[in-house]
Amino acid sequence: MRSRYLATVAVALLAGGLAACSGSDDQADAGAAKGGPITVNASDTGCEVGLTDVDAGTVQFKVTNKGGKVTEFYVYAAGDRVMGEVENIAPGLSRDLHVELPAGTYETACKPGMIGKGIRGPLKVNGSAAPLTEDAALKDATTSYSRYVKSQTDALLQKTQEFVDAVKAGDVAKAKGLYPVARTYWERIEPVAEIFGDLDPKIDGREEVIEEGMPFTGFHAIERDLWQKNDISNSGPMADELMVNIKEIVAKANAEQLSPLQLANGAKELLDEVATGKITGEEDRYSHTDLWDFNANVEGSKAAISALRPALEQRNADLVKQLDTEFANVDTALSKHRAGDGWKLHTELAQPELKELSDAINALAEPISKVAAVVAG
Amino acid sequence: MNITRRQAMTIASVGVAGIAGAAAGASAVLAADSEPAAPVSAASGAVPFYGHNQAGIITPAQDRLHFVAFDVITKDRDRLVTMLQDWTAAAARMTQGQDAGAIGAVDGIPEAPPDDTGEALDLPPAGLTLTIGFGPTLFRDATGADRFGIAAKRPPALADLPKFPGDALQPEISGGDLCVQACANDPQVAVHAIRNLARIGMGVVSVRWSQLGFGRTSSTSRDQATPRNLFGFKDGTANLKAEDTALLDEHLWARAGDGPSWMDGGSYLVARKIRMVIETWDRTSLGEQEEIVGRTKGSGAPLGQQKEFDELDFTIKGADGEPAIADVAHVKLAHHSQNGGARMLRRGYNFVDGSDGLGRLNAGLFFISFQRDAHKQFVPIQLQLARHDVMNEYIRHVSSALFACPPGVPDAGDYWGRALFS
Repeated sequence: MRSRYLATVAVALLAGGLAACSGSDDQADAGAAKGGPITVNASDTGCEVGLTDVDAGTVQFKVTNKGGKVTEFYVYAAGDRVMGEVENIAPGLSRDLHVELPAGTYETACKPGMIGKGIRGPLKVNGSAAPLTEDAALKDATTSYSRYVKSQTDALLQKTQEFVDAVKAGDVAKAKGLYPVARTYWERIEPVAEIFGDLDPKIDGREEVIEEGMPFTGFHAIERDLWQKNDISNSGPMADELMVNIKEIVAKANAEQLSPLQLANGAKELLDEVATGKITGEEDRYSHTDLWDFNANVEGSKAAISALRPALEQRNADLVKQLDTEFANVDTALSKHRAGDGWKLHTELAQPELKELSDAINALAEPISKVAAVVAG
Repeated sequence: MNITRRQAMTIASVGVAGIAGAAAGASAVLAADSEPAAPVSAASGAVPFYGHNQAGIITPAQDRLHFVAFDVITKDRDRLVTMLQDWTAAAARMTQGQDAGAIGAVDGIPEAPPDDTGEALDLPPAGLTLTIGFGPTLFRDATGADRFGIAAKRPPALADLPKFPGDALQPEISGGDLCVQACANDPQVAVHAIRNLARIGMGVVSVRWSQLGFGRTSSTSRDQATPRNLFGFKDGTANLKAEDTALLDEHLWARAGDGPSWMDGGSYLVARKIRMVIETWDRTSLGEQEEIVGRTKGSGAPLGQQKEFDELDFTIKGADGEPAIADVAHVKLAHHSQNGGARMLRRGYNFVDGSDGLGRLNAGLFFISFQRDAHKQFVPIQLQLARHDVMNEYIRHVSSALFACPPGVPDAGDYWGRALFS
């Protein structure tokens, strides 16, 4: 049975020049016409959504980035459950988003700089919506998370390619800037990647975990070349290999459907990653960009929980409330360490600041560890 | 009602007469233990959790310690109270040899993390006591803010301790909003209890510091032999003991009129981590060691006297005509006759935290004392010691904390701190 909440997301990339030609689409009221796309004008400080009261069904958005920063556009259900999103919209470009929305109250968000809660606005969807059965809600979680994985892997492919290109071009500054950005998409979906045990260490293995006789490759090997050796003249082949492996894992990840139980465990494992590797600064020991990974792990954990949210609310609403509170506390604690569109270096944080983050993660991870039993129960 | 694995073990090993066969299981064991009972003779048995005073104070000192201080990290008073209720329930269970949670370490569904961590499975209660205390910063934080609306209930006796001469305190292992003292005759049982309480408290509290101890350095009962500290001397000979009920009323338990009524029947806990400079002490001659302490190293008898429990007599002269116990001897400086009658119940433990990177043992005494008012008992005694004790050459106080330990929880309908928070 096709789920009522099933949303189809089709992302079409329009070339900048093409977008400029489609004059009428740039008008804020263009989307008001019934059935036509709703225009979203995203700038660095604003997020104008042409229509905020629509009928249930497939809703089409046309998002144009009129700002100077790369942006993203999201449609969220309660608890920041992603109903649809377009990632990685470069300045000047437009992208389409088709999302199927049952009746309810939603939020739209533009995220200039691809960071934070974004610029939020209300979206009301009219019509009738019957509640899902518990089983359907669980099944929907799988579909919803697959959608998330797809959106992340699209961006992962693109940003890794840019990173690889910069490494091969010998552009150290650009490569250093792209390193934590590309990793963000990787870290958000790491539970999926880890299913493929042979690829994960080739892509993300740290120097000390590489088994004897196995070459040290992937993100962290290039990180070492960039920050410690200060020499990427020989890093080209390793960058090419990284791209090959990323493509392979992306293809596998998109073919994989995580069970609700895997989602619950994945949400917990992402926080375990934070607690063991990021808090300590072990993950990005040469670049010290651990807080980027930290944030991405938390976002990925939240995405998995969001996918499960309707099922969790039916089964244990108190737990959902507790998770909301603790996710918000983590965000608050982490947001103190923002630096521009990115994050402070791990080495810039004092021990009490790291302890505060560690406490916040532990406070979240304990209730998250209860989710699997709720899903299984 | 199911009998958990640990409980079945408890019943089997302790042999609670007439109860093992009863179908009522857990409730029967708890009910039986809720009556004031004689001290547990078997080191593996259970100490009653419920009672007028908290266990772990005059309970015959167990051999092992895990002491932990927590910072409260929530601003939500209700969450803190809920956690104290959860802690109380878990403590009542664990002290009776049961798992921390109702499901247990191995009887839950495979998808869920167990509500007990499991390392105490198959172990007896081991005399476990869990004793809670509230620190000064729970009432007002460093900025003076009344964090949980209880500042007006802060007892005057919970005023910060003064700085003592020679203190080398490390803030990160000092103080704390809450403490739990876990004592047991099996270190794994004590660690299990603290670990599970810390886990239950996640999001509400965060471990600030913790300390493992071994080899109790005091006896708190006349039935117990006096143990030795890491200087090799018997320690706690002149301690307050469980049998000294009149002295305990006078020196140990806070009573009506002392301060806010929620502390009536409670006691104040001072914890001081005292690093011993073991290596230089060991190079000191026997005579000098004994002079510093004021007792013989072998029997523990006061210098110039015969037996360990001889009442200290400071008038006895040695062969040279000088007092056998020097004026600056540790036992004299600390004695109640020299401190306006002030006495304490000491309940400290030895510690060895590995080595210090310079080839020296990181070792010493984790001093714990309980008293009716630390400012009238611990403080004057410690001031004397800090100013005059020759032993100071061999010790360094590296941490300090003061906690108000409320009275006991009378029954399962009550919880740690109810009178403070209601």
